[in-house]
Amino acid sequence: MQTRVVGVSVPRKEGPAKLTGQARYIDDLSLPGMIFGATVRSTIARGAIEQIRFGEGIAWHEFTIVTAKDIPGRNVVSLIMDDQPCLADGTVNHPEEPILLLAHPDRHALASAVAAVNVTYTPAPSIHSIEESERREHIIWGKDNIFKSYRMEKGDVDQAWKDAAWIVEGEYSTGAQEQLYIEPNGVIAQAGSTTGLTIWGSMQCPFYVHKALVALTGLPAESIRVIQAETGGAFGGKEEYPSMLAAHASLLAMKSGRPVKIIYDRMEDMAATTKRHPSRTRHRTAISADGKLLAAEIDFATDGGAYATLSSTVLSRGTIHAGGPYYWPNIRVNAKAYATNTPPHGAFRGFGAPQSLFALERHMDHIAKTIGLAPDEFRRRNLLHQGMTTATNQVIHEPIVMDQMLERALELTGYHAKVKQFAAHNQTSTKKKGIGIGAFLHGAGFTGSGERYLNALVGLEATAAGGLRVLVSSTEFGQGTNTILCQIAAETLGLEYDDISMAPVDTSISPNSGPTVASRTAMIIGKIVQTAALKMRQTLIDSGLLEPSAGREQFLAACQAYRKQFGELQSFSHYEAAPNIFWNDELYSGEAYGAYAWAVYMAEVTVDTTTYSVTIDDFVALQEIGKVIHPVLAGGQIEGGVAQGIGYALYEKVVWKDGRMINNQMTNYIMPTAEDIPPIRVYFEEVPYQYGPYGAKGIGELPMDGPAPAIINAVVQATGIEFNSIPLLPEDIFRAMTAEPERPAESLETALAAEGSQ
Amino acid sequence: MRSRPSEYELLAPGKLSAVLDLLAKEPGVWMPIAGGTELMVQYGAGRLPARKLVSLWGLPELRHIESTTQEVLIGAGCTYTDLRNNAVVAREFPLLVQAASWTGSIANQNRGTLGGNIVNASPAADSLPALMVYEAELLLTSARGTRRMPYVEFHTGYKQTKLAADEIIRAIALQPRFSGYHAYSRKVGTRNAQAIAKLCLAALGKISGDEIEDVRLAIGSMAVTPVRLRRTEQVLVGQPYSAALMSEARQAMEAEVAPIDDIRSSALYRLHVAGNLLQEFLEGLFA
Amino acid sequence: MSKCDVSLIVNGKTHTVSVYPMERLLDVLRTKIGLTGTKEGCGEGECGSCSVLMNGELVNSCLVPVLQAEGATLCTIEGLAGENSLHPVQQAFLKCGGAQCGICTPGMVMATVHLLNHNPKPTLAQIREGLGGNLCRCTGYTRIFDAVAEAAGNPR
Repeated sequence: MQTRVVGVSVPRKEGPAKLTGQARYIDDLSLPGMIFGATVRSTIARGAIEQIRFGEGIAWHEFTIVTAKDIPGRNVVSLIMDDQPCLADGTVNHPEEPILLLAHPDRHALASAVAAVNVTYTPAPSIHSIEESERREHIIWGKDNIFKSYRMEKGDVDQAWKDAAWIVEGEYSTGAQEQLYIEPNGVIAQAGSTTGLTIWGSMQCPFYVHKALVALTGLPAESIRVIQAETGGAFGGKEEYPSMLAAHASLLAMKSGRPVKIIYDRMEDMAATTKRHPSRTRHRTAISADGKLLAAEIDFATDGGAYATLSSTVLSRGTIHAGGPYYWPNIRVNAKAYATNTPPHGAFRGFGAPQSLFALERHMDHIAKTIGLAPDEFRRRNLLHQGMTTATNQVIHEPIVMDQMLERALELTGYHAKVKQFAAHNQTSTKKKGIGIGAFLHGAGFTGSGERYLNALVGLEATAAGGLRVLVSSTEFGQGTNTILCQIAAETLGLEYDDISMAPVDTSISPNSGPTVASRTAMIIGKIVQTAALKMRQTLIDSGLLEPSAGREQFLAACQAYRKQFGELQSFSHYEAAPNIFWNDELYSGEAYGAYAWAVYMAEVTVDTTTYSVTIDDFVALQEIGKVIHPVLAGGQIEGGVAQGIGYALYEKVVWKDGRMINNQMTNYIMPTAEDIPPIRVYFEEVPYQYGPYGAKGIGELPMDGPAPAIINAVVQATGIEFNSIPLLPEDIFRAMTAEPERPAESLETALAAEGSQ
Repeated sequence: MRSRPSEYELLAPGKLSAVLDLLAKEPGVWMPIAGGTELMVQYGAGRLPARKLVSLWGLPELRHIESTTQEVLIGAGCTYTDLRNNAVVAREFPLLVQAASWTGSIANQNRGTLGGNIVNASPAADSLPALMVYEAELLLTSARGTRRMPYVEFHTGYKQTKLAADEIIRAIALQPRFSGYHAYSRKVGTRNAQAIAKLCLAALGKISGDEIEDVRLAIGSMAVTPVRLRRTEQVLVGQPYSAALMSEARQAMEAEVAPIDDIRSSALYRLHVAGNLLQEFLEGLFA
Repeated sequence: MSKCDVSLIVNGKTHTVSVYPMERLLDVLRTKIGLTGTKEGCGEGECGSCSVLMNGELVNSCLVPVLQAEGATLCTIEGLAGENSLHPVQQAFLKCGGAQCGICTPGMVMATVHLLNHNPKPTLAQIREGLGGNLCRCTGYTRIFDAVAEAAGNPR
């Protein structure tokens, strides 16, 4: 289908404002009489609060002080299980847990005041790993330290082992990863008896914040208003955490009677807010004599931190993706999300899938090596094709182009020639080279009946200025929400891109189109924008103001005529599920997602055995995404995701000490710079998804899944050593390549104290 | 930002003599601040111990490079960018310019100064090993006058130096007599830009026939101060290169350094890779 | 401690502000002078979001005590565009997709302007080095490099 606006790289809607410094992020905003808030946090991982003393040298009477006792409603940050307190009340369960809030007119007065609040505790034993949690020597949550478990089964795994020519096992692990949006978390809250409670903030999901504030304050829903400010990056890190921050600012605003701004500095943001769940995956796989996957027994465990927050949904996605883009006649995944005394882990692009897909794709290479097949051939024999069933027994009705993408990837990289060349080169060179594959998929939208449950509502209205504006709660934070939704509306109605604008995201005017997560915005919300647009057109036709064959000018004129006659022209549409989507939540079986994007990524690396560091020399990313709505934005999403995947694989290590992140500065939490990212070659295929706008599927999270396994597979080929854990640092490669026995490490605390801020 | 600006005093007298008079009047009270790329980081984190600071930024007496055939005098207030842009420094002391290009980012190179780097005395500082192999001399100045000190004697312990309470570094003196040497330096960081060194080796070498005639080695991030590896040099001088020599040199180096496990890396890794860098240097020397 | 008067020429206009000498230039620009385009991403001179030009040199304004900027000529993101047109670097970033969430963008644009002022035809390696002090979490840098090359009249 030829499109005119969709498929074109139109200017980013809010681009000029961002490029000229006019875009207003939360710390750029100010309200009259505004004061500043800060948080006093737990310094221990678990225990009882004995006493809180306010130290000398601070004019405490100038401060607003809030504790759990000031919470009018429920002391909870409401999300799924409602187990996370807004402020600790007597006990703490993780380092950095918020205990007390302070506010003062002078922003600079806060740091010393926070430092002067002296909390004494009676510590309790704390646990800090999946293994410790599983041992259940200490129960820190519920009855058994398990937030959630799933069992996903297809076929009959137990009877498959006897037919196996090979049975291959492996264990793989991934570390925590900090989202590291360049704009830290921030919020402003204003409370008034007539104005109600108004929140402005850097966020992804204003209605999540709204729901949490209703529970916290007990105020009626209509008197709480949440407004998204321009948001400087999110990646999931501002999906659920803003509710906590908004709750804190609201309590201070209500107690002080003044607007309150809280902006985290980088050290606080990194130490206290959510990160990607660490994971451990164990694979046991039966393979037939002709290299076909017969069965898998997969044990998938995540570390959820101290409170449940989103661990159940992250676990869900990780479970469903654990089988990857392959055909499994039999598969069983036992998945558990464990509690530890760490700040709760949360949403981060990929949401469980990068974890389970890393394990799977490493394991595929491991199996290939064991049974004597080339990594590409082993995958080729097992890729899903149209008409086959996924690990959840979902039939994929659309064509799958994984085979073609695999072939193209091999061509684009010169894979086979390189494998031979590298093998020879590595014999004599100190710089070992390797090339690795990552094949994967990513489901778009909420799982199963999730989208039905969300029942997203989208609006379109004709404005006084003459164009149309889109009403959604879907937020822009760089990924292009504003631009693509306007493109879709314009295309649908035969209008120009500039005829469409976005209404501000404000719970007092925006319909609830659900959270901006799960790669759902283009595919799900974009579709409803289309529906609402067509409905508006029909309204105009039915009113006699528009001929069915009319073009742009007549359409816009009809809008104005309708407005003149009826006061306003608005059109709202709800999500409509595609037919035949059935998901069984108990069996974890059925149509998990409306559509999947499919991908093959390849990484070529050099391992310098002088320093054991890895350089990526070439990266190729091929994906099938239904329809490219905006080539520059889509390419940008892939490149940005690949860069984060590179960080996940090779650089971004969270250093923990007793449950606290101690490398919580940009100088020592290492994300790639402009000098570290390789050329990234991006290619798109399009197999239109019938129920997506112009065939589009979701792509936001897809690029996070492939880079880590592709890179580590390449390093394994280069070095001949099976690396199964990320991040993989030069020190880890060194240790494995020289196989020296480890000396016990010096106390990190001593070393840190010595190094100071350096 | 965790410090309260109202609690800090910063004076900028604009003349070196005025700064020195202030330091003489109240030694140990006023902390000199040049480009601020170290002190302002501490300040932002709420960890700057000093409350009174005196600015050296832009003082013309400190920000200049003079060269004669005998000596190149680099004012302590020269930024890394100043070093990189100076043709004489680039020609005569390439390891210093290389180190300057590795330090922080362009923005930090525009503000960070060589004097500041030396006085801050982090064992991880990129330019210090280069200064050691070039046998730099420091000109330390106070209201009492100026004295010279070989740079290699300046550090006494972790972030401790022989700088008197009323003194600042005025200049760094280098002799342009190393152009006949093979020059090597390599920094191993956590990434390619804006990385604090896990280790950093600077080396100068000269061969005569198939023997090492002269060699100077200095290493950073391997002890509480940067280290001039004199014992390793002694093992190497006068010897032809061989695997056995390399092994002996690694052992000698191990005895001269005291690497630790820290937030960036491990002692074992540092030690092993330091040996690899030394080997890379020697192989290049004999290539 | 007492405040002092500091004069700064920002985007061609002289401002005399009454400030504590150790206030960060970043905070003075944002709160005293009201130019919020320059951002704080880390407060430790690592992310480059606070980059401005001070006497033509790129600096991290979170690390500059305002007293040291006395009399300096400063250029921030707000000073780049003309009356009715964007600066070529801004145009290039828009065209090439060099900005996504936009928070690193002011600093990134200033770093690009600084690079091209000193080196009008940079190679890719020089672009990488010139922007090495500006962290971007959204783009993976690829389209930023495209934007710089475009602005240099040398599209990739």
